[in-house]
Amino acid sequence: MSIGGRRAQLEGLAFVAPFLLLYAVILIYPLVAGVVISFHRADLFGARTFVGLENYGRLIGDPVFHQALINTFKLTILIVPPLTAITLVLALALNKRSRSAAFFRGLFFSSSVLSVTIVTLIWRFILTPDAGLVAEVLEAVGREPIPFLSDPDLTIPALAVTTVWWSLGLPMMLFLAGLQQIPEEIYEAAALDRAGRWTTFWRVTLPSLRRTMLLVIMLQTAAQLQLFGQAQLLTAGGPSGASRPVVLLIYEMSFARWELGYATAAAEVLFMLVLTVTLIQYMTASRRWEG
Amino acid sequence: MSLGAWIGVGIGAAIMAAPLLWTLLLSLKANAELMRDSGAAFSAPYTLENYRSILQGSSLVQWLLNSVIVSGGTTLGVLTLCSLAGYAFARLEFPFRRTLFAFVLLGLAIPEQAVILPQHQLFAQLGLHNSYPGLILPGLVGPFGVFFMTQYFKAIPKELDEAAMLDGASRFTLFWKVLLPLTLPAQATLGVFTFLASWNSYWWPLISATRSEMFTLTVGLASAQMNYAQTSGLGFLMAQAVFASLPILIVYIIFQKQIVRAMAGASVR
Repeated sequence: MSIGGRRAQLEGLAFVAPFLLLYAVILIYPLVAGVVISFHRADLFGARTFVGLENYGRLIGDPVFHQALINTFKLTILIVPPLTAITLVLALALNKRSRSAAFFRGLFFSSSVLSVTIVTLIWRFILTPDAGLVAEVLEAVGREPIPFLSDPDLTIPALAVTTVWWSLGLPMMLFLAGLQQIPEEIYEAAALDRAGRWTTFWRVTLPSLRRTMLLVIMLQTAAQLQLFGQAQLLTAGGPSGASRPVVLLIYEMSFARWELGYATAAAEVLFMLVLTVTLIQYMTASRRWEG
Repeated sequence: MSLGAWIGVGIGAAIMAAPLLWTLLLSLKANAELMRDSGAAFSAPYTLENYRSILQGSSLVQWLLNSVIVSGGTTLGVLTLCSLAGYAFARLEFPFRRTLFAFVLLGLAIPEQAVILPQHQLFAQLGLHNSYPGLILPGLVGPFGVFFMTQYFKAIPKELDEAAMLDGASRFTLFWKVLLPLTLPAQATLGVFTFLASWNSYWWPLISATRSEMFTLTVGLASAQMNYAQTSGLGFLMAQAVFASLPILIVYIIFQKQIVRAMAGASVR
């Protein structure tokens, strides 16, 4: 019955085998297969010709891909900083044991349990100029409705607002958890030093939250670089690609144009981009903390 | 909290709640009235007509059933696989244990979009599209659950195992009768988290379930939204949105603590 016995060892493998098998077949194999497909001219139905780096070369010169990349960056920049700031403020305001604070926390978190389809359905009829809530309000004060979902300058901000509304819950909870972990003594010490509220915030609270802040920014950046459902459902990437992010382009390449090889190449590029950006954020932050 | 802060929170809460209330109001209005002017939503008469239409044989009920089967199946599968693997990674010695665990953690860095197209190819070859297994299987391979359960099993004192083994219990009895009941809080957290993620997942069911009778609620509502112009009107559409969010809002209200803990935990991985 020794713990390191041969039988015990086989038992260990038996316990992990079911998960590992599925994991290898459904996650790791497709990861590798994706790289392989990206070197082929391939359609959705299995026809394949090896073309080396041709797909990647095409991406470099493809203005549609460039626009999608720019849109993706714009969306990320319009979403992540406001989301981080708003949720930090909410967490600071709602870090209380009172009932009303609990109610507001619940309210601000509630949207994040909704699916992307419900969120876009709700926001479509906030933003659409012919029946939306904003249009009704504007009409009531005698203004013209604004075509948020079809004006090329407004579609990306509209997607950003929708996404921020949808995503408040998790970062707020992370900041709240971070605030809970700051020891009370530091605040007492700051009070003894007669530090004002602002000084306390800048010198005590904010530095103590830097890990949470980094986590929020990294998670949200990675998520928004892969934004998909909102754009597909709310604006269909339009008008003429003005709000089409990379993942929506990948979806269209494969399921509307059936160019699977080209689509996988774009997916690999985005994958590398997400990894790189996340890594840079992490390294910049940790270097600054050490320095 | 100061008065200024309360006013700020109040305004924020109003912006947060307005879309939800607007949706609810629209869903309670007759379609014909909204056709003329959606501003009618602000005034009576209100009606439950749209909700009755949903219950009287729209596809929504079938989609709801599909969502329950898929999310339930995924949750059950994840709990089983992750408990078994987590137990072994935390408490048993076997060849390549560390390597295999690192191999699993590697998966945390793989985003959906990097694997979904080859997955679609694979499932086409296996003939699994438009089936429940096809919708469930990709949800079972997330490494987070294994990591989460491994951490939890590690925290249980080893003396328990030794005592049970001295009593002549087999390794599986030990796992099943002694240790598993101790992990119930973790099972609840992971279960609720998995259920939510599966219920709301969009991209995979969108490309895998192409026949209307296999749609999940999330995908079904997307198709209803796309075809909105041809169909039955704004009030009905918004009633569908409310109807579809009810199950998940109920789950949210009951399991609020677990959900918050799971989401926070999932991101501190």
